[in-house]
Amino acid sequence: MATQFKNPVVRWIDHRLPIFTFMEHSAVSYPTPKNLSYWWNFGSLAGIILVIMIATGVFLAMQYTPHTAMAFDSVERIMRDVNYGWLLRYLHMNGASMFFIVIYIHMFRGMYYGSYKEPREILWIIGVLIFLAMMATAFVGYTLPWGQMSFWGATVITNLFSVVPVVGTVIVEWLWGGFSVDNPTLNRFFALHYLLPFVIFALVFLHLWALHTHKSNNPLGIDVKGDKDEIPFHPYYTIKDSFGLGVFLIVYLGFTFFAPNFFGEPDNYIPADPLVTPAHIVPEWYFLPFYAMLRAVPDNFIDVFGILPIIISAKAAGVVVMFGSIILLIFLPWLDSSKVRSSQFRPVFKWAFWLFLLDCIVLGYVGGQPAEGAMLTIGRLCTFWYFFHLLVVVPFLGKYEKTRPLPESISAAVTAKESK
Amino acid sequence: MADHSSTAPGTAHSADHGHDDGRRDFLLLSTLAVGAVGAGLAAWPFIDTMNPSKDVLALATTEVDLSPISEGQSITVIWRGKPVFVRRRTKAEITEAKKTLGEKDPEADDKRTKKPEWLVVIGICTHLGCIPLGQKTGDPKGDYNGWFCPCHGSAYDTSGRIRKGPAPTNLAVPPYEFTGDTTIRIG
Ligand code: HEM
Ligand code: FES
Repeated sequence: MATQFKNPVVRWIDHRLPIFTFMEHSAVSYPTPKNLSYWWNFGSLAGIILVIMIATGVFLAMQYTPHTAMAFDSVERIMRDVNYGWLLRYLHMNGASMFFIVIYIHMFRGMYYGSYKEPREILWIIGVLIFLAMMATAFVGYTLPWGQMSFWGATVITNLFSVVPVVGTVIVEWLWGGFSVDNPTLNRFFALHYLLPFVIFALVFLHLWALHTHKSNNPLGIDVKGDKDEIPFHPYYTIKDSFGLGVFLIVYLGFTFFAPNFFGEPDNYIPADPLVTPAHIVPEWYFLPFYAMLRAVPDNFIDVFGILPIIISAKAAGVVVMFGSIILLIFLPWLDSSKVRSSQFRPVFKWAFWLFLLDCIVLGYVGGQPAEGAMLTIGRLCTFWYFFHLLVVVPFLGKYEKTRPLPESISAAVTAKESK
Repeated sequence: MADHSSTAPGTAHSADHGHDDGRRDFLLLSTLAVGAVGAGLAAWPFIDTMNPSKDVLALATTEVDLSPISEGQSITVIWRGKPVFVRRRTKAEITEAKKTLGEKDPEADDKRTKKPEWLVVIGICTHLGCIPLGQKTGDPKGDYNGWFCPCHGSAYDTSGRIRKGPAPTNLAVPPYEFTGDTTIRIG
């Protein structure tokens, strides 16, 4: 139903294009569970960072030159000569890290509270797609400053595709537009780096559409049972989100102004040199858990699986494991058959969740260390646990876990808490 | 946001409505005001990146050696990406320039030069930006023996003043200084 607006201009437009009604319904009167905790701040934060990334990115692109002979210098020019160029670049650089921190929290929040379950499966899947698109965007973006890590990161990751049987080399050369990472590669990566954030923007729109169809989940994980369980988005969550934004900006700007290279690699301030590989190549921190899984697959993996070597090499298995770890998340809504969403009422799953989180953090640590000795063993155990959790623990608990009784409604739970 | 009139369930706190309305409005408006000022301040660095950068400004002056130019000859130099006409005027041209103020955009010749012998003007027609002819020997110099713009027929005199045609103002004189007897720095 269209909202009646006081302002005649707004009313005139809204009658023809109900955009104000749309905004009113989705950000003002929008009914929201009244028990959302601060873990529900991270979605809107992610949206704001996306806007910040696009704004800083577009202004950087006005000064950046996507050519192997000039890219590095053009970024240095941004740092030294362009008015506030240093600020924009550091906002963009640290914004990428903040984006991943926020998204990781957002995703683990979803796992803890079972937000991926019926009827929010598509919402969750679109989220995984956004995550994949973000990884692609960050990967091609990191190539642009054309430092040593840019170049060798791009080389290593594009070479992953060489494991595709038969046409591997063809694909890699197609990705490069040549026989190594070079000017054509840099040029297309820039075009893609400009394009992908807008694809993400469109995906976010679908994500919100799905969200607004069944509304937010909540810490209790039970369905909303009427007006008593809800409050309007404005002013309650607009103010809560604004407060969260303030705290977030303190952290984000703290890094930007006081430790702008904290998340970066010093080697990326050395211009790309196709003849010298840095001693220790590491991806950006947000890729480390996946990098650890890539390297975890042992060479003799092949023997264990007998007939597999015919179609898959150890190198290929590593790649399959790495991409599989993300693709698997798409199936989480069906791997977890428990009807109870929130971990608050799942005594065993709750511990499995924390163990899984710890597992991912350890993988991240291992990914940043040289792949040898104890690190390699730990990396293998953690990779195993990652898959074991998703493929065995989660389905098993879904079937056999004895869950705690759910409260009757959100407001009943809140009143019960208050009267205690 | 402030102009929607639907009251969603739950917004009306019937008990405390009324007596703290003013306080709420004050908080809302001051929050919005601080937010707006913050957004405005944050916008400035973005806008400023598009202004000329330090490396561009570093190239914003041009040194010109005048010694190779003989009397009656002109050269064109580039300053900030624009052509600048430097003409070593003949005695006759100087006298002609001093005879009049011009009629469309009157200005005395000695206001337009630092040394009568040297005329330095930006070589861009003040009509719509074409480059007037008259620098090379054999170029048409127009009815006033200065420059002639082929685009719409503006004619400039030996002081670079507009004398005829659609251009509204004289050829502009860039800021410059004599750094020696035969060198100038433009900008
Ligand atoms: C999803 C949002 C985005 C992410 C995650 C992202 C990520 C990144 C990363 C990690 C870098 C390398 C930073 C460095 O080490 O210097 C980078 C650089 C760059 N990005 Fe983005 N970006 C995003 C959006 C955009 C957009 C929308 C544009 C332009 C329209 C853009 C333009 C640039 C440019 C020109 C560079 C090279 C300059 C530099 O290195 O600072 N980015 N981006
Ligand atoms: S531009 Fe010179 S006369 Fe029109």
